[in-house]
Amino acid sequence: MVVIDDGFEALLEPFYNGKKLTDPIKTKEDKYQLLPAFLKVKGLVKQHIDSYNYFVQEDIKKIVQSNRMIRSDQDPNFWLEITDIRVGQPSRDDDPETLSTTTKHVTPMECRLRDLNYAAPVYIDIAYSRERQRVVRKNLKLCRMPIMLKSAKCYLSGANNAQMEAMNECPLDPGGYFIVGGTEKVILIQEQLSKNRVIVEKDDKGVIASVTSSTHERKSKTYVALRKDRIVLQHNILVEPIPIVIVLKAFGGMSDLDIMELMAGGDIAYQDDLLMSFDDATKAGVYTQQQALEYIGLRVKMGGARRGRPGAVRRNPTDDGLDALTNLIVAHITIQGSDFYPKAVYIAMMVRRVLMAYHDEKLVDDRDFVGNKRLELAGQLLSLLFEDLFKGFVSQVKSQFEYVFKKPNRTAPYDPTGTIGVSGRLITQGLGRAIQSGNWTVKRFGMARAGVTHVLSRLSYIAALGMMTRISSQFEKTRKVSGPRALQPSQWGMLCPSDTPEGEACGLVKNLALMTHITTEAGTEEVERWIPNLVSDVVRIQGQTGTELHKEGTYIIHVNGTPYALTRKPEAFAREFKNKRRTGFINPFIGIHINQHFSAIHIATDEGRICRPYIIVTNGQSMLKADHLKLLQLKKVAFDDFLKNGVIEYLDVNEENDALIAIREDDIKYDTTHMEIEPFTILGAVAGLIPFPHHNQSPRNTYQCAMGKQAIGAIAYNQFNRIDTLLYTSLYPQRPMVITKTIQLIHYDRLPAGQNATVVVMSYSGYDIEDALVLNKASLDRGFGACQVFRKYAVEMQKYPSGRKDRLVGPQLGDDGKPIAKHRCLDADGLAIVGAKINQGETMIMKEVPLDQSVHIDNTSPRPQGYRPQPVNYRIADPAIIDKVMISDTERNTQIIKIQTRQTRRPELGDKFSSRHGQKGVVGTIVNQEDMPFSDKGLVPDIIMNPHGFPSRMTVGKLFECLTGKASIVSGRRELGFGDAFRSHPVEEMGKVLIDAGFSWDGKDYFTSGITGEPHEAYLFNGPIFYQRLKHMVQDKMHSRSRGPRAVLTRQPTEGRSRDGGLRLGEMERDCLIAYGASQLLLERLMISSDATQVDICERCGQLGYKGYCQTCKSTQAVTKMTMPYAAKLLVQELISMNVGVRMQLEDKFPHPDRKMEMPIRKKGVGAT
Amino acid sequence: MPHKPPTEEEHEARKLVGINYETITNVHATDIPGHYPGEDHSWDINKFRDGFKVQIHQNDPYEASFSLIGCDPSIANAFRRIMIANIPTLAIDQVFIYNNKSVIQDEVLASRLGLIPFTGGREGLQDFMKWRAKDDEPKDYNTVGLELCVKCENNPDASPNETDPRKLYKHAHVYAKDIVVTLAGRQVEFFSGENAIRPVNPDILIAKLRPGQEIDIKMHMIKGVGSNHAKFSPVATASYRLMPVINITQPILGRDAEKFQKCFPEGVIGLERVTREEAQQVGSGYEGHEGELKAVVVDPRRDTVSRECLRHEEFKDKVKLSRRRDHFIYLVESTGQIESEQIFLESVQHLKAKAKKFEIQLKNMVR
Repeated sequence: MVVIDDGFEALLEPFYNGKKLTDPIKTKEDKYQLLPAFLKVKGLVKQHIDSYNYFVQEDIKKIVQSNRMIRSDQDPNFWLEITDIRVGQPSRDDDPETLSTTTKHVTPMECRLRDLNYAAPVYIDIAYSRERQRVVRKNLKLCRMPIMLKSAKCYLSGANNAQMEAMNECPLDPGGYFIVGGTEKVILIQEQLSKNRVIVEKDDKGVIASVTSSTHERKSKTYVALRKDRIVLQHNILVEPIPIVIVLKAFGGMSDLDIMELMAGGDIAYQDDLLMSFDDATKAGVYTQQQALEYIGLRVKMGGARRGRPGAVRRNPTDDGLDALTNLIVAHITIQGSDFYPKAVYIAMMVRRVLMAYHDEKLVDDRDFVGNKRLELAGQLLSLLFEDLFKGFVSQVKSQFEYVFKKPNRTAPYDPTGTIGVSGRLITQGLGRAIQSGNWTVKRFGMARAGVTHVLSRLSYIAALGMMTRISSQFEKTRKVSGPRALQPSQWGMLCPSDTPEGEACGLVKNLALMTHITTEAGTEEVERWIPNLVSDVVRIQGQTGTELHKEGTYIIHVNGTPYALTRKPEAFAREFKNKRRTGFINPFIGIHINQHFSAIHIATDEGRICRPYIIVTNGQSMLKADHLKLLQLKKVAFDDFLKNGVIEYLDVNEENDALIAIREDDIKYDTTHMEIEPFTILGAVAGLIPFPHHNQSPRNTYQCAMGKQAIGAIAYNQFNRIDTLLYTSLYPQRPMVITKTIQLIHYDRLPAGQNATVVVMSYSGYDIEDALVLNKASLDRGFGACQVFRKYAVEMQKYPSGRKDRLVGPQLGDDGKPIAKHRCLDADGLAIVGAKINQGETMIMKEVPLDQSVHIDNTSPRPQGYRPQPVNYRIADPAIIDKVMISDTERNTQIIKIQTRQTRRPELGDKFSSRHGQKGVVGTIVNQEDMPFSDKGLVPDIIMNPHGFPSRMTVGKLFECLTGKASIVSGRRELGFGDAFRSHPVEEMGKVLIDAGFSWDGKDYFTSGITGEPHEAYLFNGPIFYQRLKHMVQDKMHSRSRGPRAVLTRQPTEGRSRDGGLRLGEMERDCLIAYGASQLLLERLMISSDATQVDICERCGQLGYKGYCQTCKSTQAVTKMTMPYAAKLLVQELISMNVGVRMQLEDKFPHPDRKMEMPIRKKGVGAT
Repeated sequence: MPHKPPTEEEHEARKLVGINYETITNVHATDIPGHYPGEDHSWDINKFRDGFKVQIHQNDPYEASFSLIGCDPSIANAFRRIMIANIPTLAIDQVFIYNNKSVIQDEVLASRLGLIPFTGGREGLQDFMKWRAKDDEPKDYNTVGLELCVKCENNPDASPNETDPRKLYKHAHVYAKDIVVTLAGRQVEFFSGENAIRPVNPDILIAKLRPGQEIDIKMHMIKGVGSNHAKFSPVATASYRLMPVINITQPILGRDAEKFQKCFPEGVIGLERVTREEAQQVGSGYEGHEGELKAVVVDPRRDTVSRECLRHEEFKDKVKLSRRRDHFIYLVESTGQIESEQIFLESVQHLKAKAKKFEIQLKNMVR
C-alpha cells in the first residue's frame, strides 16, 4: 500500500491527543476516529473525483461502445469501428519544436501560471476496412480532455508531500476542479429530481404521476394524469392526452379484464374509478391492439421523432403508434423483442399510484424529499457533453468520408486518420469552451444550462473548500415558493443545515455535510443476479397477471424504479440483501428500502444518490468494537474493510427511512438498527469551523458560514508561488485557540484565517456602537490583523498578421538622462523592477503595439512603420510593491507577462472583522495601549467589544469559546480547547481550571481603567476569541469627489469609484427634497452640480437655436439663453431625430415690472411636426 | 448639622474599594477638598510625605514588583502610562534592503526586525544616544548601525538521511544573534565589551532560509517612544493592582476553613488552631471551638481576587473583600533594554519634567 501523507496520518496516530497505544479504547469516545479513516478514502471532494474517474475510466468507454460503428451510405463495403478509447495523462500541447524540455508532463502549477489547459490527450484505437481488409490503427489522438485535479489521471493523485512540493502544489489542496486557460474552474454539484422514478403530485385539476425517462439516446417525460375522473397518458410527442386503456390495449396481449387487474388488482374502489377510462376507449371505438395503435399513431406529433430528416417518409399511423410506444413513451423501459409487458406493467403501476394518491392524499410524493433527488456531478455533466460532442464527431467523420466516396475516381484508398485528428479538435474545443464559459448545451436533450462552472474562489482555504461541497439547485431563484428553500427533515446528515447563502439563493444553494457521499452508477447486473436467490419465493414479473401483482402481502421488487420481481417475504428479502451487502457480495452503495404503502421493495443502483455511513447495530449491540479501532490505529485496516466486515454500511436517504438510528451509544435500544459515527458530521466543512454551534441562534451560524469564506488567512502552502488576480493573505495566521474536530479533519488548523484576539467585553469610548470594535494600537504595531493584498496584471505580447509583434521598450528618459517620473519603476527591459514601490499612474509594463497589423496584400503601398505605446499602468491610489514578474509563453507561442503587486496593510478605521459566530463589526477606533483597561496581571485587550452585541444575537457559543479558550490558555492544556458541535460541554470544569489559575470562575475579572487609573465598577468578561479579518477594507472602498470626470453622452458625472464618480442623489432623496420644498437645493443637485448647459431657445418657435440664431425663424430676435440639464436637451434632440417635434414655451417666473409680458407667438406644446 | 469628624472605622472604610460578587463599589477616591463638608482634604506635602511609602517586593532586571502606598490613582496611573508610552528606547527603525531572497517580504521582515528588543551599555543608550529628528543626518550620537548578512548554503557535513533543515543547511534559520552592530565614532567608547549592543534574546527567529537564499540588509536603530510604535516601549507590560484586603468578619472554622483556604491562591489564607483564650472570649464566635482550625489571613498580597469565596453559601456574611485604594502594587516587566527598576525611576523623572513644563506654562498663562 502506498502511504500518502495527506494529513490524516496525524489524526490516526495512536498517540494523538495524548492517547497512548496502551490506553484503553472506548468505542463511545473514540469512534470518531472512523472519521479521519472515512475522509482518507472518501474525502470532502472525493465525490467530484470519483464521478470524474468513473467517467474517464468507464463511462467514456461505454459511450464509445454504443457509437462504435460508422458505416458509409455511399460505399456499403466501408466501415469504421472505434474499438477502444483511453484517456492519457496531462501533457503540454505546445508546438514540439519550440518546446525546450523533452518531457511532456505538465504540472497544474505550470498550467495556472502559463494560462494553459490542464488536459490530457485522449487516444482511440480504430479498425476500418480497406479493400475488404481489416486495418487496425492504434493510439490515434482524438482530442484533449480537461483533467480534474487529483483524479486518477492527474499527476497529483497518490502523490506524497514531497512530490506535491516538487510540483509546487499544496498538499492540503482539495483538488476536484479543472484548470482551463490558467483559471481554476469548478463544476458545481447540480441538484435534480431523480430520473426514471415515478413522482405523484396533486394539483387543482387532479392527481398526476410523472416520470422523466433518461437514456443515452433521449430524455423525455411521461405523465399519467387523473383528469375529470378519467385517467389519461400525456407525453410531449402526443398532441393530446390519450385514455390510459387505449395505451394499455396498444401493448396487446391483454383482455380488458387483464388490463383492469393490472391497474387495480382486486380492489373494488380502484376498479370503479377506472370505469370512465374504459368508457373512453369504447367511445373512441378502440377494441383491438391495431385500433389502439392507430389511435395513438394519429396523435403523434408530425415528424416529432424524425424531425430534421427530410428523406424520411411518414409511415402509416400504426407504425407511428408502435414507434412512439417502443421508443418514446417511458423510454427507459427497453423493449426486448416485441414483449411490451414490462412497459404495460410500468404504466399500470403509474396508474395505480395515481389512484392510490387520489384516495389517500398522504400517498402523494414530496418533491423536496431528498430521497427523490439526485446530485449531478462533474463526471456526469462531462459525460453528457462528451457524448454529444462524440456523436458530432462521428457524424463529422462520416460526412467527411461520404464526401470522399462521392468522388467517382479515387486514386488512393481512404485513410480516416487525418479526419479523426481534425474532427477531434471539435471535441477538444467543445469541452474546453463549456468548462471555460459554464454554458452546457446538449442539443440532444434540449439542455442549455448557463453557470454550470464557476471560478474557484481562492479568497481563503475555506472559500475554496466550501465551493467544492456546494450544490446548486435547478430551481428558479425568482419564484416565491418556500418549499424547495425550506430545511427538509430528510436532509439530516446529508446536507449542512447551516451553510446556505442569505438572500435570493437562500435554501437553493446548499452544501454537503461532512460525511456525505454521492453514489456513482453501480450497474444492475449484480443485483439482478442476486434477486432470485435471496429468498425462496421470488418470481420474475414476466407473465404475472395483475391479480398476482396486487395480491395482499405480495411485494413488488423494483430495480431503479422498474418492477422486476415479486416476493411475499419482503422483510426476509431485505435482510438477506443487506447481509449480502454487508459481507461484500453486493456493492456497498446499492440501497434497498421497503415501502409499506405501496407494497414495494426498491433497490437503487443509480448514480447521484446521497448517502452516508453508519455503524451497524444488531440486537442492541454496536458492531463497532474496541478491537476495530485498535486495528485502525495500527493501520492494519482501512475504512473500506469495515464495510465488508459488517461494521459499517452506507445508507441512502430512502434507506434511512427503514432504519432506527441512535445518535449516541447510550441511545441504543433493542430495535435500533444503526448508530451515528459522530453527530457533528451533520454539519458541513464550513459550519464545522464554528465552536459550540449548538449554543448559537441558528441564523448566526449561517452568517458565519458566509463570512468564513471572506476571512483573510492562509490560502494554501503554495500561496506565494501562485499569481492570482486577487489574493489576500494574512501575515501571522494562527490556529484557533478553540477548535473542533472538523477543523482538524479539514486541516483548517494548518491553513487558518484569523487570529486569537484577547477580547474584553465592555463599552468603551462610544466609538463602539453598532458592533464597532475598539482595537489596541500596540497590538496592531505587533502585527495583529496585518494582511497582504496581491494583484495580478497580465499582458500577452500579441503577434499580428503582418508578422510584427508587440514589443517591450525601456523607460522614456527625461532631459536629465534619468527615466521620467512615470517610468520610475521600469527596468531597461520595459518591465517593473521587483521590489520597487509603485505609485498611482506609474507604468509597470511598457508595451508597444505595431502600427502595422494587417496582412500585406501588395507590397506597393508603404506600410506604416513605428509603434504605438500601450503601457500597463498602476491605477490604484495607494502604492504597492512589485512582488513578482513572470515571463512565459502560452500554447499559442506568444509571450505572456504577469506582474504581481503586493500591498501590506495594517488594520485601520473601518476595516471589517468578525468572530466565528456571525458577529461582524468594523473598527470604530484605535486606542493606545496605555488607554486600554488592564487587569491585575497587566493583561491588556487586543479588541474591546461592546456587550450590546450579545442579548439580541444570542451567540452563547461565543461566550463559551471565550471561556474555553481562556481555560485552555491559562492551564496550557490544548485538549481543553475543543468546541465540537452537539458535545456536552464541561463549563464547570472550565470554571475550575480558571479558579486554579487565580481567575474568576465565570471569566469575568477585575479591570482598571487605563485612562483614570481607577477600577471599573463591573467585572469584565475577557478571554481569547478567534477573530477573522474580512476582505472588506476601507482602503478599497473609500471614495469622494468634488469635481471629476463626466460621462460623454449625458455630461453627467460618472458612476462608481473606479471612474472617480459622483454619489447619486437618487429618486427617494429627490422625493425628500421636494417634500421639504428645498427647491434651490434640488436645482443645485440635479442640474447645476450635474449637467447644466447653456442653450439658445427661440421664444417664438420654441425650438433650439444656435449661437443666438434660430434656424427655423431665420432670426436672432426672440432667441434667449437659458440653462437646462444637458440630459434634457439631449432628450429633446433625440426626439427630434425620431421625428417628434418638441417646442419649449418660455416665460419669466418673475416678470420685469417695466417690461410688458410678451406672449409667445405660438401656443403649442409637444406635437408631431 | 454640625460636622462630626470621621471615626477611625469610617476613615478606614474610605480607603477601601469594595469587591462584591458582581460589582466593584467606591471606586473613586474621596479625599478631595470639598467632598466631605467641614473636612480639610487640601493637599499638603507634609501629609503626603508622612503617608507615602514604597515597598519593594521583587527587583530583577526583567521583572520588578513594588508597592507605592499613599498616593492618588492619577499619579500611579501616570507612572504606568509613562512607562508604557513615554520612556525612550532604541529600536530598529530603518531597514535598508540590499538583497532579500527569503520568503519573508521586505516590509514584513522590516516590521519583524523592529520588534526585536536590544540592549547594551546603559550609559551609552540613555545618555549618549540622542533623539534623531526626521530630517537629521545619521550620526554616532543618534543612530546605531546594524547589519544582517546571512546566506544559506548546503551543509556538506550533514548526514545524508538528515531531515532537520537546521542541520542540513547552514544558516537555515536566521536568528537575532546574527545581527551585527557596526559602531561608529564615539559609540566605540560606550558600546564595547560587555556594554555591546546586542539582542536581549539572541534566539529570536527572524526568518527561515533555504540554500540559495540570502538576506543582506543594513539597519538603523534610533531612539523612539512607545506612543509612536509599540516596539519603542521599554516594557512588555507595566501595570498595577490594588492591595487586596480580606476581612474575615465571622469565624470560619473546621472544614469550612479548609475550603475557604482553597478559594484563594496558596499562601493567602492560613489555618490556625483556635486558642483557649479565644474560645473563652464571649461573643467572639469561637466559643466551644477550641483546638479547631480557623481561617486567618496570612498574606493578602498574593491574592488574585478571584472572588471565589463569595460564590459559596457557607461564607456568606463571613468575609468581606475589598482593596486598598492607595496601595498600588506595580508589576513592571522590562523588554530588556532598561532594567525594570530603572524604567520606573525614569518615569518619575519624566513626570517631574512634565510637571515642571506645565508649571512654566501655567505661569505664563496666569501672567
